[in-house]
Amino acid sequence: MDKPLSQYLDLDNPQNLDAYKTTGGYQGFETALNMQPQEVQKQVSDSQLKGRGGAGFMTGIKWSFVPMGKDAPKNKYLVCNADEMEPGTFKDRWLMEGAPHLLIEGMMIAAYAIGADVAYIFLRGEYRLCATRLQQAIDEAEAAGLLGNNINGTQYSLKLHLHTSAGRYICGEETALINALEGKRANPRAKPPFPQVVGLFGRPTIVNNCETLCNLPGILKNGSQWYAELSGGPDAGTKIYGISGRVKNAGLWELPMGTTARHILELSGSMQDNLTLRGWLPGGASTDFLLPEHLDTRMEYDAISKVGSRMGTGVMIVLDDKHCPVGMILNLLKFFAQESCGWCTPCRDGLPWAVEILSRIEDGQGTQDDLDALQQLCGFMWIGKTFCALAPGAVEPLRSGMKYFADDFQQHIDHKGCPHGH
Amino acid sequence: MSNEIPILQIDLAKQQVVNYRDVLSQTEIDAIEHECSLYESRHAAAIDALQIVQKQRRWISDESLYAIANMLGMSATELEGIATFYNLIYRQPVGEHVIHLCDSISCWLHDYQIIANHLRNTLNIEFGQTTKDGKITLLPNVCLGCCDKAPALMLDGELVESLNIETLDNLMQGLSRGQNG
Ligand SMILES: Cc1cc2nc3c(=O)[nH]c(=O)nc-3n(C[C@H](O)[C@H](O)[C@H](O)COP(=O)(O)O)c2cc1C
Ligand code: SF4
Ligand code: FES
Repeated sequence: MDKPLSQYLDLDNPQNLDAYKTTGGYQGFETALNMQPQEVQKQVSDSQLKGRGGAGFMTGIKWSFVPMGKDAPKNKYLVCNADEMEPGTFKDRWLMEGAPHLLIEGMMIAAYAIGADVAYIFLRGEYRLCATRLQQAIDEAEAAGLLGNNINGTQYSLKLHLHTSAGRYICGEETALINALEGKRANPRAKPPFPQVVGLFGRPTIVNNCETLCNLPGILKNGSQWYAELSGGPDAGTKIYGISGRVKNAGLWELPMGTTARHILELSGSMQDNLTLRGWLPGGASTDFLLPEHLDTRMEYDAISKVGSRMGTGVMIVLDDKHCPVGMILNLLKFFAQESCGWCTPCRDGLPWAVEILSRIEDGQGTQDDLDALQQLCGFMWIGKTFCALAPGAVEPLRSGMKYFADDFQQHIDHKGCPHGH
Repeated sequence: MSNEIPILQIDLAKQQVVNYRDVLSQTEIDAIEHECSLYESRHAAAIDALQIVQKQRRWISDESLYAIANMLGMSATELEGIATFYNLIYRQPVGEHVIHLCDSISCWLHDYQIIANHLRNTLNIEFGQTTKDGKITLLPNVCLGCCDKAPALMLDGELVESLNIETLDNLMQGLSRGQNG
């Protein structure tokens, strides 16, 4: 099976520029440079590539809103979203540590396709090793004339800079990220206008996830047909899937889009001895719980939606029978309450309230009314009631957890304590 | 966590008299100027500037804050709004070493609380505090992105994975012997 991303991966000793080039690196970018930017956009559209940042929006369509041609604004920006802070997600770190040149090449292709002359990597502050390796790769590419003015003797020039953030989940939301890059407090912006038209410093801007960008070199080198055929299903290409929690060997694997969750669980060696699977989150903290009976679901956008959750980041978290579902939901909600940017009331006040109620239930002080209040809060913080998707993301594991683990909630209330002894 | 949240006071009168050249070193100034050159506006270098100064001085004092604001041409209150927004900018003094223990979901599923309690007992401090000798500050952190090797912590910016009591004790002994310093 082709592994267009992880074929370049070496976590101990990542390829330098020469090694990357010898194995086919930067051929995708050179192909792109010989095409018109709109042709590159079309090839990416044809490949059916969907964004890997969580929402699964078609990359080609996203780019198509950027003003192009002679009348377009002179400065445009490309930003790589490498703020990976979704709890339970560690795929972008893997790619950046193991194959820094793959991301740089992907960014060069995207920047060329939208006519951007400056690009930034927005990297979370904790990823120090990524920062060192990416900076090294940027320096190498600059020295080789792959970045800078008149690349390969063409009219095209591109500067690429690394920006290290200092730890705040909301910076991953693309309009908050733009504010953060401008040196403002990272509250999300109202849309419209969309960043593609009015983004960083008021100029047309594309923000793409790190994994999304890493898919571009293969698409340009091998064509959109090849890419679509990598998977057998409706979502093209491969995906970095992974799993954590109490499995034997947690980790990440590049697999065809649409691989089943059961296959991923099996690759991890399944649950640790004496533990049974009770539930799982398909793609990070902000996705709805699913049950063991859903394990044969194909991990692709529509299939997961049909069973009531979201693909999210595609990195699964499993809950075992020795850990309390209420405790797990409390831990997730504490994260969201802490990381709320505080801009809008339902999220700023609703999340700490949910945490307070959940703590009470977990401590055995909860009442029947508390369950009703939690349900109500789920409604107050749902899509359309808040300024950005952080609060609805927090509601997802809460509402699905209350549905699937209703007996556990009831036990906490009836027996005035946590049956798991938490 | 049990730490009292300090009330932040910005002395606007003082801000006017701080000239960044009196406070920041030439190395800091050069590094910040370089960051400024990478963006369309000087303000955009705010978070980089805070990190550059913190790297030299371990934390961001009021004086550093006024100086950076002065250098970037922004108000101190605006910069304070940014500095306090981020988990990794310290607006209070920290110890020689800073431990950030992950308390997010995969580490929770690997019972990070055992590690947390062992750290609190060994260091005799709560989260948010610094040991009396000023050596070690203990802080919680959201998911560190090594959920496959949970539980995990970050020590002075370096990830330490697959923690257990034994590896933790070795780490602490290393610190008290002055390694990693
Ligand atoms: C609270 C919040 C946090 C987010 N964090 C990230 C992140 O860390 N990385 C990321 O790529 N996308 C994140 N997103 C999604 C981005 O807003 C955006 O959809 C994504 O970067 C688009 O890239 P793509 O089109 O390549 O998927 C986050 C969204 C929200 C609401
Ligand atoms: S939903 Fe939460 S994170 Fe999003 S803007 Fe509102 S307060 Fe901020
Ligand atoms: S949850 Fe602890 S490293 Fe991800």
